[in-house]
Amino acid sequence: MSILVTPKTRVLVQGITGGFGARHTQLSLAYGTQIVAGVTPGKGGQMFDQTVPVFDTVSAAVAATGATASAVFVPPAFAADAILEGVDAGLDLVVCITEGIPVNDMVRVKRALQGCRTRLIGPNCPGIVTPGEGKDSHNGCRIGISPGYIHKKGPVGVVSRSGTLTYEAVWQLTCRGIGQSTCVGIGGDPVNGTSHLDVIRMFNEDPETRGIIMIGEIGGSSEEEAAEWIKAHCQKPVAGFIAGATAPPGRRMGHAGAIVSGGKGTAAAKIEAFKAAGIAVATTPSEMADTLLKMM
Amino acid sequence: MNIHEFQAKELLAQRGVLIPSGRVCCTPEEARATAETLLAAGETLLAVKAQIYAGGRGKGTFTTGYQGGVKLFRTATEVYEGAKAMLGNVLVTKQTGPEGRRVRKLIVAGAPEIEKEFYLAVLLDRVSSRPVVMASTEGGMDIEEVATRTPEKIFKELVDPALGLMPYQARKIAQGLGLKGELISLGVRLLTGVYRTWWECDASLLEINPLCIVRTRQNQRVLMAVDAKMALDDNALYRHSDLQAMRDLEEEAPLEIEASKFSLNYIKLDGSIACLVNGAGLAMATMDIIQHFGGRPANFLDVGGGATKEQVTAAFGIILQDPNVKGILVNIFGGIMDCNVIATGIVAAVRTTGLKLPLIIRLEGNNVEAGKKTLEESGLDLASATSMADAAKKAVMAVSGS
Repeated sequence: MSILVTPKTRVLVQGITGGFGARHTQLSLAYGTQIVAGVTPGKGGQMFDQTVPVFDTVSAAVAATGATASAVFVPPAFAADAILEGVDAGLDLVVCITEGIPVNDMVRVKRALQGCRTRLIGPNCPGIVTPGEGKDSHNGCRIGISPGYIHKKGPVGVVSRSGTLTYEAVWQLTCRGIGQSTCVGIGGDPVNGTSHLDVIRMFNEDPETRGIIMIGEIGGSSEEEAAEWIKAHCQKPVAGFIAGATAPPGRRMGHAGAIVSGGKGTAAAKIEAFKAAGIAVATTPSEMADTLLKMM
Repeated sequence: MNIHEFQAKELLAQRGVLIPSGRVCCTPEEARATAETLLAAGETLLAVKAQIYAGGRGKGTFTTGYQGGVKLFRTATEVYEGAKAMLGNVLVTKQTGPEGRRVRKLIVAGAPEIEKEFYLAVLLDRVSSRPVVMASTEGGMDIEEVATRTPEKIFKELVDPALGLMPYQARKIAQGLGLKGELISLGVRLLTGVYRTWWECDASLLEINPLCIVRTRQNQRVLMAVDAKMALDDNALYRHSDLQAMRDLEEEAPLEIEASKFSLNYIKLDGSIACLVNGAGLAMATMDIIQHFGGRPANFLDVGGGATKEQVTAAFGIILQDPNVKGILVNIFGGIMDCNVIATGIVAAVRTTGLKLPLIIRLEGNNVEAGKKTLEESGLDLASATSMADAAKKAVMAVSGS
């Protein structure tokens, strides 16, 4: 098993005809992901890449293809609407890649998601990969922008707020011959759909996942919450890394959510929480995989 | 994006929040004229406040030796002299760093008769993903200190974004602050106005410290925002042309402005090892690993996921304008990006800028072998690294040797 998505998951892409969405849809198709539909208002009836039908609305795409998950690639000003359209269509999972969505738009989206069955991952995230059985992990499920070939099927779950740091951890694992069950980028924004803790719970329940790498960064308290739960409930070894120990307070470090404000959300506090919860902390990002492997 | 106190107060006043009467002035003559008008209207005490983004102005010192960026005066001549001492000069406060900030604008306003001071702020509560209105009886104090020492003096109301701040919530805060009688309904009006300002402007922070009970010349007690600090959500600026116009480039670091023109995310720090990285998390981690091995990062620089040759060249140009830089570490995980394209970009940038400093490059990912070959065959003096740790060690060594 894996979490959130399997190689069989049927995926639609919102914003499939935009440059960014198109490029990554092609990469997902090449990876062997079941991309069954695209949505671009006004372009319904067209075919993408001669293989994927395009619809005007998400609900039409779902009705015609049975898609259960979506990747959102629409520009920031329209992303909140696109997410809620996916929720309205009854999708199980919406993965929003878009960076730069106004925070208050996400505050409203999060409010609207209350009581809904749809899970949102992101925004401002690299997406999800469940590696497949094929060569270079092909025939897996790739939703988003992660490079497919760095993955390998196996027992480690990875959850992170940062894209390239996720790739770093995954690549370290793969180079050591250790594969991943699922890799989840939860995104670098201050308001996101799924937290570290949500993903850790799923990994804890997933029989295939035998170890977890959790990557955090300064800002907010998502890492501390996860650490507290891990201390009491998690039955699997967890290794962690926190980026931003050298970041000046009060400055946003690239990610909208990566900011130490009012003395809160420091790397030191998060590392302390990790250690208190028995999470092995990698002292440098070069040691993320090795830190976990020592525990497994 | 930050805005000035006078701009925040304008936005608040547009939504019914009382502020001291006055205006922003750019010359001592303008300050004197404003003072005369205010005195003629019955004000007896005037405040002159330097407008810079940093806090701690009252206790700051100008590099000329003049004390205080916030002063009280009784006559137009005093205001003129005070404005003359402040305008065009550099004010150093505990938040500006030793280089200070040049004062180009002042507020000249009536200094109201204050009976009591409170603290009020609206910000995002990241745990609940909702706006939170936060108030405290301890006005004028450092709120972080209040939160640690006397958390019971802070009152919070989480706001449902679908409803906005409800009057009953505002009444609860008013009660927490100990407001009575008429002041309760005035408090509800003020709190609603402050919340609306935060929400409608897509602010990330709106802080009023102090919020004051003021006795007017007509001997009435009212609530007034005597100071205001406001930061806006950059991602939402596209829908607020009026707020975009408030951007003050004089208050931003010149290199950061230049970087933003190339969609580069650059923050200057004070170390000697510059870094050029793709991705915000990896960029932070690169700074951390430099420090871990005994060096100091000169900057944060995220060139983004799909960096072009032009961006890489611009990034080198920006890094090299920092005189503290003694060496450069490039750390690229080319997931989707072709490492060879990046390598070609680096070689071109080094040639264009005539780089003389030690350059350590760590490339990983897609088509990395071709990328490494391009670097080797360039004939340039650069060091390749096999991992982030290797790169950081080499960079620290290169800098300490020079």
